[in-house]
Amino acid sequence: MENTGREKTLWTIALVLVLIFALIPVLWIISLSFKTPATITDQSFIPTEFSFENYESLFKGGISESPFIKPLINSLGIALITTFISIILASFAAYAIARLDFPGRSVMLAGALAIAMFPPISTVGPLFDMWRALGLYDTWPGLIIPYLTFSLPLAIYTLVAFFREIPWDLEKAAQVDGATPFQAFRKVIVPLAAPGMFTAAILVFIFAWNDFLFAISLTSSDASRTVPAALAFFTGDSTFTQPTGSIAAAAVIVTVPIIIFVLLFQRRIVAGLTSGAVKG
Amino acid sequence: MADIVLDHITKKYGDGYEAVKSMDLEIKDGEFMILVGPSGCGKSTALNMIAGLEDISDGELKIGGEVVNSRAPKDRDIAMVFQNYALYPHMTVRENMGFALKLAKVDQKEIDRKVEEAAETLDLTEHLDRRPANLSGGQRQRVAMGRAIVREPKAFLMDEPLSNLDAKLRVQMRTEVAELQDRLGTTTVYVTHDQTEAMTLGDRVAVMRSGILQQVDTPGELYNDPVNLFVAGFIGSPSMNFVHGKVSGNEIELPFTTLPLTEDLRSAVGDSDGREVIAGLRPEHFEDAELVGDHLGAGVTFEAKIDLVESMGSELYAYFDAGSDQVDKVEQAASEAGLDELAGGDTNQIVARLAPESKARRGETLKLWVDQDRLLLFDPETGERLRA
Repeated sequence: MENTGREKTLWTIALVLVLIFALIPVLWIISLSFKTPATITDQSFIPTEFSFENYESLFKGGISESPFIKPLINSLGIALITTFISIILASFAAYAIARLDFPGRSVMLAGALAIAMFPPISTVGPLFDMWRALGLYDTWPGLIIPYLTFSLPLAIYTLVAFFREIPWDLEKAAQVDGATPFQAFRKVIVPLAAPGMFTAAILVFIFAWNDFLFAISLTSSDASRTVPAALAFFTGDSTFTQPTGSIAAAAVIVTVPIIIFVLLFQRRIVAGLTSGAVKG
Repeated sequence: MADIVLDHITKKYGDGYEAVKSMDLEIKDGEFMILVGPSGCGKSTALNMIAGLEDISDGELKIGGEVVNSRAPKDRDIAMVFQNYALYPHMTVRENMGFALKLAKVDQKEIDRKVEEAAETLDLTEHLDRRPANLSGGQRQRVAMGRAIVREPKAFLMDEPLSNLDAKLRVQMRTEVAELQDRLGTTTVYVTHDQTEAMTLGDRVAVMRSGILQQVDTPGELYNDPVNLFVAGFIGSPSMNFVHGKVSGNEIELPFTTLPLTEDLRSAVGDSDGREVIAGLRPEHFEDAELVGDHLGAGVTFEAKIDLVESMGSELYAYFDAGSDQVDKVEQAASEAGLDELAGGDTNQIVARLAPESKARRGETLKLWVDQDRLLLFDPETGERLRA
């Protein structure tokens, strides 16, 4: 028993260290975002002059003037649309892979994995040229399509694992109960795979929300520039001020949706919803 | 309600394996039909084909006179109870039972009425708003039954519905299932590997082995008049004793005694003197010679050294040696008939079921009596029963 006590202490210390390591930069960004331009370089961890000036500057001038509002809308829209399409397509694909025995099933899974492993940077150049020729450059679909390409494998893999956990007899039962294959899928399989769907949705959303590479390469204006790319184009109030404060404030703001997303769905991301379906 | 007709139904998989071979079976309207056999005999495949969950490779399936081969499960109007119940975990008991009716767009009031009625029958009323995860095994089983009965389908299909229950509950549910079926009078196909369930539940029993239907008959007929070695060995517990026998004139030489042949058996074996056969005798056709009264028929008495005695209270099982020189031939025939997994391997031992008053003791020699009229003979090559 002595041993477990000591182990506990060691674990606690290790956990605290990791937490400090992970959270200090976050706290620092928050602290920076509340500093005035004059005190931003004072190297104090806690702001000496507390102000909302940086946040105000982000939204100053409304949608036409502000450097931040339009990118924020772009980010939200593009990430949500990507997540929606990705989950729908991935759930169909994953269901087929988990349930049906069709030729080329393993090739499909291997292909999905290969795409996920593919370095995105090597596709950026060709995409840039193609998108300009097709008129997709600097549009929402121009970003949504590459995001789908790279998020689908991830979503498919996650969902296949969840679908495999669902007893096949449930689907048979639904069919015998008079459900069409699609009804069986929608009314029985999907509700049971919900935790998996939410997990996959969060992963896809975060991927699309955080992406910088495609966003900076395939956009040129506020028409489709997302927040991570827009941050790079922030300017200070005058030529001589660094935009540090506003970047920090913007960084804090873009973290918020992620936190909300995870908090909203974390209760749903609890496995074990299928318990009681079959004798276990 | 409807009758179900299987006309040369065959299931062939992509790799050429035939799970069900040209199965012919007629299930009458309202009949309780049991499909029984060891695991892998194709009984569940046959059931799934009736349900429409597996494609029929060849042959014709009729439910209520209509060919339903190409109909989806939902259009066959049948209800199924699964071995693992397959309850929808995200729905309450009420929703589980009403799901089929809801899909059929039945009026909500009507659904509620039917579900409550079924719940009443199955003693589930107080659990209607609970989820399957919070129910005991027996309750889940009843919900699965309830889901089937609210629909008033043409037929019930049950795939080993009791095998996940513990022994005591299984016996209790067995009675309930039998009563329920009797009351509803719905055509039922029930798959099981348990010969006790088969014997106690069914109006008729279809015995299957390796995809081939062996015999379809009432439990009594299967027991008394099996068509081959497999059915004889599969039905009955403890199973039938098989020994090697040699015909000699009007008698048959068994390892432990010689029995006179009845006229029927005499004509069944033909006049080939010296023909070798497999003889089958059920444990209850033996008796302690001292306890045999006049009420039992003609029999032969012999002496045997008892190896083991098991007392069940109401009866007593005495085991004795059949003589090892015979074993090989019987074992070979038994394994050809697919009985090796059933006989417990030891074909050498004969089991006799004796009255509890018997003085049989382990290691002692006992005078045993055997009923000569109940002897069954089988062809050692084909396993077929030899009859007149």
